[in-house]
Order: sequence, then C-alpha cells, then structure tokens
Amino acid sequence: MGGKIKVYDPRGYPPKVVGKRLAPRLESLDGKILYLVDCLFDNSDRFMEQLRLWFAEHMPAVIVRIIKPRESWVEDPEMQAKIVADGHAAITGVGL
Amino acid sequence: MGLALGLEQAGIPTVPVSTHVFARVAKATALAYGMPTVRNAFVLQPVVGRSVAELRAYIEGVDPVSKRPFMQEVIEGLTRPLSEEDYKGATFERSTPRLLEPDTEDNLQELYIQNRWTDYLPVILPTEERVERMLKGTKLAADKIVGRLRPTAFREYWEFDVEKVAVNAVMAGARPEYLPVILAMAASGTTARSSSTTSFATISIVNGPIRNEIGMNSGIGALGPYNQANATIGRAYGLVSQNVQGGSVPGESYMGSLGNFLNYTACFAEAEERSPWTPFHVDEGFKADESTVSIFFGGWYTQSGYGPRETWKEKFFRCLTATDHFSPPLIVMDPLVARGFAALGMNKRSLIEWCAENAKLPAREYWDDQSIQSVIRPRAVAGVEPYASRLKAAPDELINIFTPNDVKIVVTGGETQAAFKIFGGMYTWRGPGASLTQHAAGRIDEWR
Repeated sequence: MGGKIKVYDPRGYPPKVVGKRLAPRLESLDGKILYLVDCLFDNSDRFMEQLRLWFAEHMPAVIVRIIKPRESWVEDPEMQAKIVADGHAAITGVGL
Repeated sequence: MGLALGLEQAGIPTVPVSTHVFARVAKATALAYGMPTVRNAFVLQPVVGRSVAELRAYIEGVDPVSKRPFMQEVIEGLTRPLSEEDYKGATFERSTPRLLEPDTEDNLQELYIQNRWTDYLPVILPTEERVERMLKGTKLAADKIVGRLRPTAFREYWEFDVEKVAVNAVMAGARPEYLPVILAMAASGTTARSSSTTSFATISIVNGPIRNEIGMNSGIGALGPYNQANATIGRAYGLVSQNVQGGSVPGESYMGSLGNFLNYTACFAEAEERSPWTPFHVDEGFKADESTVSIFFGGWYTQSGYGPRETWKEKFFRCLTATDHFSPPLIVMDPLVARGFAALGMNKRSLIEWCAENAKLPAREYWDDQSIQSVIRPRAVAGVEPYASRLKAAPDELINIFTPNDVKIVVTGGETQAAFKIFGGMYTWRGPGASLTQHAAGRIDEWR
C-alpha cells in the first residue's frame, strides 16, 4: 500500500480512575462480626454455608452471619448499609 | 466484586471470592475502580453443580491462582496490615486519542486487529473523509453525547458521542443513511457485547418508515446475509458496543463460555405491509409512522418450526417448554404463518395469551436451571409475582413459565415457506449493567 493515512480511534471516553485505599485491616477476627455475602449465583448459598461451618469449626470466636442481597446484579444499598453498620469484615462470593 | 469494592471504600475489610477463570476480570475491575490491591481469593471453576463435599474441599484446599491455602488467603486478606501500595490506590487518566498516528493502511489494519477493535472480519478504516461522509447521515453535532455503555453491572461506564458511533459505523461498512438507526441502538443503554457467561447477543428489529427509506430487507432471507442495511447496522451496533465500552476481550471483559454467532450481526425489519396484524412498535405504544429499533437481549436459544399445522399446539408447547425459560420467547414468523394463525381466528394478542397459558412445566423442572436460580429465585423469595407463586408450587405441580407480557411476536420473511423461529429475547430486561432509563425501543427519528 502507498502513503500514510489518518484514521480515528474507535474507543469511547473512559472515566478518570481515582485511587481509593483499602479499608484498615483487623488485628484479629476474634469477637468480630464477619458477614458472608451470598451473591446469589447458583450454588453460592451452599458454598457460603460451608464457609460458615469452617469458621464454626476452626475459628469459633468469629461471629459469622450470612447475608443476601435482594437480587443478583443489582445493588442493594440496604444490605450494604447493614454490613457497614454492624459488621467488621466481609467475604463476598461466589462470583463477580 | 462491585459490592466488595464498595464495602472496602466504606471501611469494611473485604475479600471477594471468585472462581479462577475470573482472575483477570477481577484484576481489571479492581484497577478500573482505583483499588488495584484488592485482596481476592479464588476457588476452582465451577462452583455450580458441585456437591457440599466438593465445595468444602475447595475451602480446605489451595487457591488455584496464588497456590496458597484458600483460607489463609481469606484470613490474611482481612487481617494482614496494609502496605504503602494499599494506602495509595491508583489514580490515572485513560484518555483515548481522537485520531491515531498516521500510518499505512496495512499497518493500521493490523493495529486494529492487535488492539481487538474489530470482530475479526475485515473493517473499513475510518478515515477523516469517510467519517465526515458518515456524519452527513445525521443533523446532530459530532460531539453530542449519545450515551454510555459497559459490558456488565460491575464494570465502569464509558461515554461516547455521535462521532464515535460514526467511526464504528464506517468500520462496519454502513452507509450514512443508516446512521440514525445505529445511533438509536447505541443510545439504548444496552450493550451488544455483554460479558455474561451466558453468551448473550442482541437481536434488533426495525419498524416504521425508515425500513423502506434505507432499503432494509423484510423479505426472503431477512435474517440472513442478503442486505447491506440489515447486515451492517447489526454489525455496527456490535462494533460500537465493544469499542465505546472499552473492549470485549475474552478473559477480561468477555466471559461467554460458548460465544454466540448472533454477536456478528442480528438486525432485520418487520414485514409490516404483509402482516395481518399491527406492527410490533405499534403494539408497544408507538405511532405507525414513527421509526423505531427494538432491542431484544438474548439469542441464547433458537427453536424452529412450520405452521400452523394441525398439531401446532403440540409443536408450540414443545418449543416453548424447551426454551431456557429465564429468557422469554421472541417469536419471529413468516407472513404465511401469521396469516395462517389469522385464518384460524387468532390475532397476535390471542396467540400470545395461548402461549402464556399453555407453556407449563413441573415446578421442579422450572426451578432446576442455573439462571432461574441466580436471577429469578431471589425475586421469588422477595415476594415478587408471578415468581413468588411459582416458588410456592409443589415440585410436580405444573406452573406457567411465561406471562403474556414476556411473549413477543414479530412478522418477517419472504413467504417461500411457512416458517417460524423462537429466539431467546428479553425485551424489558436487557442484561446486567444495562441502563434502563429508556424504553426498550429507541425512536430513530430523534437521531436523524
């Protein structure tokens, strides 16, 4: 082919990424409320129950609560507020 | 993942657990959120279908990504003190240039492929001259913001303007007069490149005067590669979606396990003049002289048949109950089929009601479905009807799997055969991450 040509970039405009720090970590989980958030994907309820049982057997001093959002793929501000209000840590899953 | 990031920001140390095939997606999502050091933990894929004992083995086993014990990853993720990097987060600009550095046509074609900006079929390079010509297809300013898209709910939205849509329309081989249709599709808030593991596509149907003005096909081969407008409008919607949302890259921003042929292109016009019934857009509340494009999120399954023959009820029953019922049916029928039903004394509404009334499954079969469990069951548990009633049914009780509002009918085809197809096609729910601020059918005339 011959000379050089100018063409457009087909991509859209991404938002600026603003750095956010992780939450401070806990020294220990003992006596703390740990929420296991079942994201509602198929079989994640069974996974979270097994995780709860693991803590009960191996780290009984952790207060473990299973919680579920009202729907998959939809933000649930009430559930998030509850975790923030009385939880100390969380594990979410299984899924993205 | 989005929830985990939000909890971290709210001060709750959180470990998101995913299956290992999502490791790259998790990393990309965390980076785009400005929290690149999120402490993920991974288990093997799949979780779906695994027994209690197998899931327990995942928990007591090794994280397949870090190769360290899974529970060690989880507990340390919540308790290991933060490093300097954790405190920083990551702030950066990701601007995209308007024009690329000049180069030869061959090199630029290769660059587009390497950057995954194509669908791996040849594209027309969007030169200044070609884009300028494309922009003559609308009176709107090139810098008018059209909307924003994202591949799924937990990813960030990217914004785009008329010019970006025109660029991708050129790449797809579209003509300027098609641009208003493509703009209406892009403005729908629905991506044609969903990252869902369920390999969704979109099926787009054009109604109103613009069908004939731009020469769309609603005759022989309407769903096939026999018309420039049908082919390139559908393709342009796919290219627009993948590029303006920041990509559709397997393993990073596309996770459809099987993929979907309909992602290449899936757009056609309704044969309004040869249908015995009202056009689809009129059923949905638009005026007959308005031009619209209706987007169905689905394409997951296809059923086919002829008719209506003597045993059409049995055939329809089998087709409807063989669908993956989380995705309601879009019935596309040749005018011969529509007229056949009309001759039986049925109109579109009565046929839809027949489908909803008769498509029944034992509750046990209805609920034993991955997407029904993930999407519908939580709504049922929350008391949302009709799902809540379906959940109360005994396992062998027959339950309706669709409501009349779920079932849609569109007429197209060349009358060489009394054929119909039933596609998975969700009209009102348009996928995770879709912006549902607009009607599922876009008004094309606003984009002329």
